[in-house]
Amino acid sequence: MNLPRRIKMEHGAGGSAMQQLLREVVLKRLGGMKAEVPLEELDDAGVYNGVVLSTDSYTVKPIFFPGGDIGRLAVAGTVNDILMIGGGPRALALAMVIEEGLEVEALERVLESVSKTAREAGVQVITGDTKVVERGALDKIVVTTTGIGFRHRLLDHNLRIVRRYREKLEFNWLLDRNLRPGDKIILTGYIGDHAIALLSVREGIGFKTSVESDVAPLNEVVERALEVGGVVAMKDPTRGGLANLLNEWAEKSGFGIKIYEERIPIRDEVRSACEYLGLDPLELGNEGKAVIAVVKEKAEEVLEAIRETKLGRNAEIIGEVVGEHDFVVMETVIGGLRVIPQPIGDPVPRIC
Amino acid sequence: MSNLFELLKQYRDPVLARRLIDRIRALAKRLEERVLIMHVCGTHEWTITHYGIRYVLPENIEVRAGPGCPVCILPAQDIDTVIDLALEERLSVIAYGDVSRARGTMGLSLEDARSLGLDLRIVYSLQDAITIAKRESNKRFLFFGVGFDTTCPSTAYMVLKGPPSNMMFYSCYRYVPPSVGWLLELKDLEIEGFITPGHSGTVTGMEPYKKYFDRNPKPMVFSGFEPIDVLISILMILRQIVKREYKIENEYTRSVRWEGNTIAMSTALRVFKLEEGLWRGIGVIEGSAFEFKEEFSSIDARRIYGLEKPLKEDYMPSGCRCADIIIGKTVPTECPLYMQACTPQRPIGPCMVSVEGTCRIWAEHRVLSQLLRH
Amino acid sequence: MPQMCLGYPGRVIEIKGDFAKVDFGGGVIKDNILISLVDAKVGDYVIVHAGYAIQVLSEEEARKTLELWRSILESEEGEERV
Repeated sequence: MNLPRRIKMEHGAGGSAMQQLLREVVLKRLGGMKAEVPLEELDDAGVYNGVVLSTDSYTVKPIFFPGGDIGRLAVAGTVNDILMIGGGPRALALAMVIEEGLEVEALERVLESVSKTAREAGVQVITGDTKVVERGALDKIVVTTTGIGFRHRLLDHNLRIVRRYREKLEFNWLLDRNLRPGDKIILTGYIGDHAIALLSVREGIGFKTSVESDVAPLNEVVERALEVGGVVAMKDPTRGGLANLLNEWAEKSGFGIKIYEERIPIRDEVRSACEYLGLDPLELGNEGKAVIAVVKEKAEEVLEAIRETKLGRNAEIIGEVVGEHDFVVMETVIGGLRVIPQPIGDPVPRIC
Repeated sequence: MSNLFELLKQYRDPVLARRLIDRIRALAKRLEERVLIMHVCGTHEWTITHYGIRYVLPENIEVRAGPGCPVCILPAQDIDTVIDLALEERLSVIAYGDVSRARGTMGLSLEDARSLGLDLRIVYSLQDAITIAKRESNKRFLFFGVGFDTTCPSTAYMVLKGPPSNMMFYSCYRYVPPSVGWLLELKDLEIEGFITPGHSGTVTGMEPYKKYFDRNPKPMVFSGFEPIDVLISILMILRQIVKREYKIENEYTRSVRWEGNTIAMSTALRVFKLEEGLWRGIGVIEGSAFEFKEEFSSIDARRIYGLEKPLKEDYMPSGCRCADIIIGKTVPTECPLYMQACTPQRPIGPCMVSVEGTCRIWAEHRVLSQLLRH
Repeated sequence: MPQMCLGYPGRVIEIKGDFAKVDFGGGVIKDNILISLVDAKVGDYVIVHAGYAIQVLSEEEARKTLELWRSILESEEGEERV
C-alpha cells in the first residue's frame, strides 16, 4: 500500500484507512516498549505494570446533540475503553483546547456533563489542562480525556471461569485476539442511534428524528457480565461501527466471524433513515454499546445478566466466532450470505 | 391510517423467503440443466449481492448482471467531449454522483479535470442543478444528462418549463427496451430468462418489450427491488421454463403497469426523439438514445457547438473486461484487474467507477470468488 | 442502496404546484420532490427517483402480491405441481 502524502479525513475515521496510518506511520516511530499490553496491540487501552491507561480526543460536532454532549462523551468514551480491556476505571485527566469566543455558558454545560457522567461512572477528574486558541484555529472545543484504572475486581473471577472451558488462555486481559471458534458474540443493544442523532442536527442533511445518542458509561453492563464469567473479549463499536469492530477482531484473532442479520437490534427509525441516506447501520458509530465475546457455555447466562441492566435491555447474541474462514460474514434475513468488509472509515465524520 | 411502510417490510420476510427458495430448488431439480437468468439493473445486482441471494440459489440457476448501469455504458468519447467543451468554453459542469468519476478515452474523468480548471458540481436531482444555475447567474452551466428512461422525464419536464437561461444540456440518456432486444439477439450467450427492470419499467411500461419478445420469446418478469420481489421473479421465470410457456409477466405490480407512466414518457418524448445510440462496451443500438428535438436546439449543447455524437466502438482500458461483464459474458472475479489494480478507491474500468456497476457492487461486498456458494 | 437507479417509497404530505413534500420514514422528509409526472394526491405513496415521483405506489397491489404468493406456496407445498 502507498503511504498517504497528506492526512485526509478518512485517516481519523476509525476504519482501514486509519489502521494503515497507525501501522505505517505511527507504529514505525512509537511502540517497542515492554508492557503487559503494549501499543502494538492497538487495543482499546494499554496496560503497564497493572495500570490500565487509555486516552481519546473528542472532536464531535455539534458539541451538544440529542441525548448528550461532548462532556458526557469525553468521560464515557475513555471509561468504556478501560472497561473493555478488563479494567476498573478510577481517575481521569481532562484537557481542553477552547476556541476564542466560545460562550462561557457552553463551557459550564460541558463541565457539568463531565461531572455528572464521572459520578455515574465512579471516576474522578484529578488533573487537567486548559488552553485557548484564537478564533478560527479550531471548531469551538476539543476535549481530551486520559483515564487510568486497575484490574477490574471481577476480572480474575471471570478468567477463572473462562479457563474451565478453554485449556489455554494466553492473556491476562480481555484482548481482541482472545477469540476462538465457538465463542458467542453478544451485542448489548440498538446500533446506529448515536450517528443518526448527530446527523439529524447537522446542516444540510434534512431530517428529524426522535432517536437520541446512546452515549453512556458501561460500568453496570460490564460488571454483570464479568460477574457471571466466561467473557474472553469486549470492545465498543465506536467509529466504523460493528463492521469495523468485527473485522478488527477477525484480523487480530486470525479467526472468522458469522453474524445473523435478523438478530441485530436496530430501531426502525434508524433503519429507515439509513436506507434513505444510503448508510449501512453496521458501519455507524455507537457510544453506549459493547460487543462481548463469551465462551459458548456461558453465553446465555451472560446475556440474561446483561438484559437486567438499564443499558443492556435489548442485548442479543448476534453470532459466533468460526474457524472455517477468516472473514466476517453475515447471514441475511432471507438466509443468504454476504461478507461484511472493514469500512474504509466511519461514513459520518466527527462522531466522537 | 394505512402504513405502506409496514407492509413493505414483509418483502423481507424470512419465512416467505425460505418457502420461495424451497420452491425454486424444487423446480431447479426438475430442470437439471444450467439456467442463466439476466437482469438489467444495477439496483437488482445490489439487492442480489446485498442479501446474498446467489448463496441460496441452487447450483444450476445462475443470475448474471447485464448492462444496467448508465454510467458504465456512457461512451468514453462523450466524457472527453464534455470535458473539452467545458474547459474551452468555460462552462461549469453539473452532473449526478458517479458520472464525475467515469473515465474518458485517455483515462481522464470530470473529477480529474478539476485539476485542469474544470468547475464541476455534483448534484442529486435536477432541482438542485436549477437552484445552482439560478443562484450563479453570471456563470454558464452545462448539465450532463446521464441516465436511463427512468431519469430522462424529469429533465424533459424542466426543459418544457423553461430552464434557467444560463443552462444548456448534453444528453446521454438511454432507452432500455432496445438493449434487452439486443441481448435477446445475442447468439453466444444462452440467456434463458430476463428479470426486467422495475423502475425503468415503471416509466416505460411493459408494452415496448413486446416487439422484442415476439421476435425472440423468452421469459420476462418485471421485478421489484426487495429480496422477496427478486425471489418471486426468479420463481416466476422458472415456472415459465418448466411449463415451456413464455410470456411477459409483472411481479412488481405495485409500481409497474403495462402502459407504464404515460405522463412521464409522453413528457420525455415531447422533448426528445429516440435515435441510434452508442453503449460503451456494447456498440450501437437502434432507437436507444434520447436526442433533443430540433425545437430545443437552443439548449442542446451538441447542436450549439456542432458536436458529433460518438457512434464507433468505444474505449476500454487495456486488460479490463467490463465489455464482457456488462453483457453477462463473464463476472468480475474473472477479470484480472478486479480487486488488484482495479478497486473502488482506484477504479480503472467503468464497472468499478459506478455504484451501480457490477464490479463495484461485488467489490464493496468483497465478493472474491464463488467460495461462498452453499 | 445506490443512489441513482433507486426509487424510494414515500408518502405525499403536501403538494405545492409542481412540487411535493414527501415523508420517507425514519424522520426523513424532503420537500422539492417533483410531483407533476404522476397523478398523486396528498396521502398517496409514491416511488421517488432522483428527486421526482415516477409512479403512485399501489398498496392494494403490494398486498395482493404477498397474498397471492403465500397462497400459491401453501397449496403447492410438498407437491411437485406447478
